[in-house]
Amino acid sequence: MQKVLHINPDKCTGCLQCEMACSYENYGIFAPAKSRIKVFDFHETGKKVPSTCTQCDEAWCLHACPVEAITKNKVTGAMEVNESTCVGCKVCTIACPFGTINYVQETGKVQKCDLCGGDPACASACPTGAITYVDANWTGLDKMKQWADKLGNQPSAT
Amino acid sequence: MSWAGKILRVNLTNGTVKSEPLNMQWAREYIGSRGLGSKYLVDEVDPKVAPLSPDNKIIWATGPLTGTMASTGGRYTVITKSPLTGAIACSNSGGYWGAELKMAGWDMIIFEGKSPTPVYLSIVDGDAELKDASDLWGKSVWKTEGELKSRHQDPLLRVCSIGKAGENQVLYAAVVNDLHRAAGRSGVGAVMGSKNLKAIAVRGTIGVGNIRDPKAFMQVTAEKKKILAENGVTGQGLPAYGTQVLMNVINEVGGLPTRNHRDVQFEGAKDISAEAMVTPRETDGKKHLVTNQACFGCTIACGRISKIDEGHFSVKNKPEYWGANGGLEYEAAWALGAANGVNDLEALQYANLICNEEGFDPISFGATIGAVMELYEIGALTKEQIGIDAKFGSAEALCQFADMTASGEGFGKEIGQGSKRLTAKYGHPDLSMSVKGQEFPAYDGRVIQGIGLAYATSNRGACHLRGYTIASEVLGIPVKTEPADSEGKPELVKAFQDATASFDSSGLCVFTTFAWGLADLAPQLQAACDESYTTEELEKIGERIWNMEREFNNAAGFTAKDDNLPKRLLTEAAKTGPGKGSVSKLAEMLPKYYDVRGWDPEGRPTADTKKRLGL
Repeated sequence: MQKVLHINPDKCTGCLQCEMACSYENYGIFAPAKSRIKVFDFHETGKKVPSTCTQCDEAWCLHACPVEAITKNKVTGAMEVNESTCVGCKVCTIACPFGTINYVQETGKVQKCDLCGGDPACASACPTGAITYVDANWTGLDKMKQWADKLGNQPSAT
Repeated sequence: MSWAGKILRVNLTNGTVKSEPLNMQWAREYIGSRGLGSKYLVDEVDPKVAPLSPDNKIIWATGPLTGTMASTGGRYTVITKSPLTGAIACSNSGGYWGAELKMAGWDMIIFEGKSPTPVYLSIVDGDAELKDASDLWGKSVWKTEGELKSRHQDPLLRVCSIGKAGENQVLYAAVVNDLHRAAGRSGVGAVMGSKNLKAIAVRGTIGVGNIRDPKAFMQVTAEKKKILAENGVTGQGLPAYGTQVLMNVINEVGGLPTRNHRDVQFEGAKDISAEAMVTPRETDGKKHLVTNQACFGCTIACGRISKIDEGHFSVKNKPEYWGANGGLEYEAAWALGAANGVNDLEALQYANLICNEEGFDPISFGATIGAVMELYEIGALTKEQIGIDAKFGSAEALCQFADMTASGEGFGKEIGQGSKRLTAKYGHPDLSMSVKGQEFPAYDGRVIQGIGLAYATSNRGACHLRGYTIASEVLGIPVKTEPADSEGKPELVKAFQDATASFDSSGLCVFTTFAWGLADLAPQLQAACDESYTTEELEKIGERIWNMEREFNNAAGFTAKDDNLPKRLLTEAAKTGPGKGSVSKLAEMLPKYYDVRGWDPEGRPTADTKKRLGL
């Protein structure tokens, strides 16, 4: 069963534990500047919104790459960057409609979320459940349940 | 490790910026942040220095756990000699700025001298330089932050700055970061202003990577986060209601100082409480509270984000205040509300916004307004003198006073001097509800005996965050003691003061102590820094820091007679509530406290005490 990262901005407090977990997992340091997931703080509304790669099936980044450095991991479904192939041309960063693949000047390569090989550190670190790792076919399950509760979970008329 | 190992020394007089290695022996002995920054200040600054003179220094310090995944690891402190109290000042703030400084590779910044013209410090990792801030001078904290982000074309920049209050040297001006987090107390912002330093803009991409035992650290910090999540206060109460949850609780125990401490219960408490913040308003049907918010790395998330009522008189034609913005915390809501008898939640929010926007401490400001209103009611101040009808309970007066204090115009200039100087000027020094010149926070020392002793002996003047015995005396954490009892309180106060000093020095937030003790902090520091940080060692370090601060104050000219409370708390009994009839038993507790501390009857650490603590 494939899983995906599922984000519920209403639960995000802006603590950035996810960003630190990401940089620690990939670089062994705490550095939101190196994170592949980013939390945006829209202070005019008070909303905090985590954003990262959704792992498109027909991935713009993968198709744009001239050296085929981006490939799909068949187990996790993640689009992964092969660093030894990547030439740092940044075409993928232009192609991605969501901005979730980015160049890293320290390495001369691009980086993006690779789902940590199937156990994403951001989801484990999130203290509020704003980021979860769930069945790819059932990202709507929680919302469906909420509505089901509202509509059908009433005491029966007797 | 986990210290960056580097400090920035900025001489504002000469315009020089230098990197220095961190004194690692001091780091081990004083941990970081409050302890370590204070050690540098004490070592480098004459205790008798005039606080607003170029000879005073001002230090920004992070702790070894700042910028790590330990929960609440985003704190920094600002340390200097206070212009409000003349004592050592150490103000603590959250938000994101502190972690950013650490991630740029710096433990601390020391500012010396005074710049001839307004400047700001720009830090991008290892590169730091002073830049012209002439065109930022006169701008609010909010405008300064926006302007610096656009000037540097960097939306990820983190900024701490002063507003007009700091520039005008309001004696309780704050340093504000990330729009609405503040190193709020004791006037650290006034010292920043006195040096012509407008802001520090930081971008840190290096990160924090020198954890001693990363695997152990990740494991122990995860375990400790679980404790916070499962605790009723840190896991449920604070995220849902914020610190404001205390308003009704403290009112019920009869310890909510009201109308400049004339009363100990406020009939309007429910109108300005956490519960009121989540109840739809009658005017527009909307809730005041929008959401809660965390500081960097915090898994508690007690911060409030609120929206003011757009139709309220204070903001009627000011749409710039209508968006979501930093909301009321308990201390601010008390000081702007109960302390003045004002029960208009929207007016409190407006005054609080002005405090954030122009950078001043809502506690000292609100409590000073309480004194002004009492002076007005007894006829010592007139409408002609202050420009407004200032009876207790006037929301209009509160909002106007906030504007006047921010702009430094008219009577606002006097409000900006704090209650001690203001009440003395108008012939009623007894009406300043302060210790060492700093105004009380939101708990009555007549009714809650331990907190009264904690106020009297706090090294930065009246303060709840130097020994929060309310945890024990009201909330029963870690054990319940009776508010009315004076017995055992000297020991309790000392234990809280020492433990807090260690927490403050680690880079973590003191709110974790609702769920954690030093035994929970110790393994996190051990995994990150050094195995020597046992619980016992942290107790001793906390005591060392407390005594070091005390010695600075003693050398600055403070004596035992300054460990005092206003006459009102010692002689005017509480009129209502469970503590009715009681006054502070300070005279009984203080000698015992000195004894427990290992101080002589004049409040000076004895030679034995100093030797034991390695001072």
